[in-house]
Amino acid sequence: MRTIRFIIRKEFQQLRRDRRLLPIILISPVLQMALLGYAANMDVKDVPLAVCDQDHSVESRQLITSFLQSGSYVASARPADAAAAERSIEEGKSSLALVIPPGFGRDLSGSRAAPVQLLADGSDSQAAAIGLTYATLIVSRAQAGRAAQRLSSLDPAVLRRIKAVQVEPAVRVLYNPTLASRNFMVPGVLAMILMIITMVLTSQAIVKEKELGTLEQLIVTPITPRQLIIGKLTPFVLISLVIITVVLAASLALFGLAVRGSLLVLYALSLLFMASSLGIGLFVSTIARSQQQAMMFSMFFFMMPMLILSGFVFPIESMPPVIQAVTYVFPLRYYFVIIRGLFLKGVSLLELWRETAALAVIGIVVITASVLRFRKRLE
Amino acid sequence: MSGARIATVMLKELRQISRDPATLGMLLAVPLFLLLMFGFAISLDTKHISLAVLDYDRTESSRSFIAGFLHSEYFDLKRTLSRETEIDRLLDEGEILVALVVPRGFGRDAANGRRVEVQAIADGSNGTTAAAAIGYVQAVAADWSLRAYVRSLERAGVAGMRTTIDFRPRVLFNPELRSANFLVPGLIVLILMMSAVLSTTLSIVREKERGTMEQIRVSPVRPLELIVGKTVPYLFIGIVAAATILATSRLLFGVEVKGSWLDLAVVTLIFLFGCLGFGVMLSTISDSQQVAFLLSSLLTLLPVFVLSGFVFPFRNMPLIIQGVSYLLPGRYYLAALRAIMLKGVGFWAFKEQVLALVIFAVVTSAVSVIRLGRQGT
Repeated sequence: MRTIRFIIRKEFQQLRRDRRLLPIILISPVLQMALLGYAANMDVKDVPLAVCDQDHSVESRQLITSFLQSGSYVASARPADAAAAERSIEEGKSSLALVIPPGFGRDLSGSRAAPVQLLADGSDSQAAAIGLTYATLIVSRAQAGRAAQRLSSLDPAVLRRIKAVQVEPAVRVLYNPTLASRNFMVPGVLAMILMIITMVLTSQAIVKEKELGTLEQLIVTPITPRQLIIGKLTPFVLISLVIITVVLAASLALFGLAVRGSLLVLYALSLLFMASSLGIGLFVSTIARSQQQAMMFSMFFFMMPMLILSGFVFPIESMPPVIQAVTYVFPLRYYFVIIRGLFLKGVSLLELWRETAALAVIGIVVITASVLRFRKRLE
Repeated sequence: MSGARIATVMLKELRQISRDPATLGMLLAVPLFLLLMFGFAISLDTKHISLAVLDYDRTESSRSFIAGFLHSEYFDLKRTLSRETEIDRLLDEGEILVALVVPRGFGRDAANGRRVEVQAIADGSNGTTAAAAIGYVQAVAADWSLRAYVRSLERAGVAGMRTTIDFRPRVLFNPELRSANFLVPGLIVLILMMSAVLSTTLSIVREKERGTMEQIRVSPVRPLELIVGKTVPYLFIGIVAAATILATSRLLFGVEVKGSWLDLAVVTLIFLFGCLGFGVMLSTISDSQQVAFLLSSLLTLLPVFVLSGFVFPFRNMPLIIQGVSYLLPGRYYLAALRAIMLKGVGFWAFKEQVLALVIFAVVTSAVSVIRLGRQGT
């Protein structure tokens, strides 16, 4: 126990000696939370729409108003013809363009079908796909309203035989009724920041001693591998506690995100997550030959894959099975479920037992592996 | 500037690189590996939304209404329910995203032309997916109503009311709306930037930490020569990696380069210069390799992912944060890549981006040289 305390004190001294390290560790999470939390927003609203009205009739204006009042679009340009509308998309000024050719109002009142064209910028496939769905819906509603209007001019005897069918979905949204993507993304950003800092901190821990030649000195002391690993890990766990507090406070203060589940559970599971992610960093540190290798190893094989494949933005369910299998080893995958469940759904520990167990297993396996790996090296 | 001295530094750096084949291998192979893994894995297409159906009506018309959902590619039927109490649990556990409840009397009311309400309960946690799912529910319901209505018109002998608006959507640049076309350029930016910055981020600080920096300082090598000599080998590695992943995205992901390959090469080269310069700059301002690594991961990984327009549109960001995004080279490179690869536009369309990338490369190199010069005296 005394030996472990010595190592812990030595580690803290080393951390303090680097005058940049501690300030970065404590300040950057808040800065990142503020910057990225506000930016990580995938809402499809205010999509820039170029409006090209060549008809200038009551009917064309009605259609345009129903687009602009839907809340999904804002008029970004008023091009004179279809070619100018296309140019507006090419230059990136608009994502969609609505083109109403001359004669639209006349055709609509007559018996011919009135053509309307919608151009979409497919290079932003997300906005284009959702923008098109909404546009189709708006047009079909306008069409239904129009048809009802025209029916009223029919002979009442015929009218009685027509059944207007109207199925209206009454939508109820659970957990995040405003559908704001921020409520989903902010917990994600929080988890990413915790993961990056813990991985960076520990991935250098052992290999630095190796590179500076001080590891040999440690080897000739009576310190056992287990003591060394625990001694190296403890200061980081303590720092992690501070970081969790800072990051949670920042996300509550900045974004007004209320934790619907138990705060205690959130704290405990966050600590468990950080322990498993510290363990991975430590394991990387025991297998790398140089700090550069440790850095690349943790960045390329853990941090980047976790950023893309843990369900932060891209849904895991739509990944191919092979890659889905890979994601089971990432602690972040489980932590995302935990943190989003606690923030948005207000679930309890009972519903999170699978994720909790997975994090615990990963933590135990990687820390044991680090100890074993380190023992081999000593012989 | 002396060519001979630069060559000496380069030779030393090359020797160091060759002594650590694992790192060299990682720098060359990992970009390709990551692109393959991510490229196949990610998509933003909202299809196969897991759906549970509770049909209280059990008539022919309720079944045909539900079939409208199952025949569209947007929904996958996960569960057929018999009780409403099951819905909350399934949503809580994330088993389903949308539950559809068809009320008793649906078929009778629809046949009599009364307004029928069906209930859709959605998990809103992921707002984007949920918004799309709700849009699809409404579209399928509207489509079914319209077709039932048209049938009723035909039975009544009223024709010519079918299509009042002939709606013609047309998608430019990416007609099938494949999200790969949208995402692969973003992956290229992320992967290239990370490997370029990481490869040089330890270049100077490592010498500082090992104490070999003093030996270099007493030699006649000047700061600029040291930086050029140290980065040129990594520039070549970066070029090889860039060529590999650009070729892969063409061959495996079918992301065709519609514009000119020359434009693509020039823009990529300028971007690589900037990233390497940024890595060296971080190296000159750090005291230890640990700080250098911490700085480079905090300043690149998440910011490039979130602030360069990869998946999060700029229009949703507050103005201040849009301003911050102008400091990131990834933003310009991504805009230029999408313009060249997807839109196939000429140089005029992205000249501002190129200018910004040049400025970034010059500024980071200048800061590195100044920082290094000051430490020398």
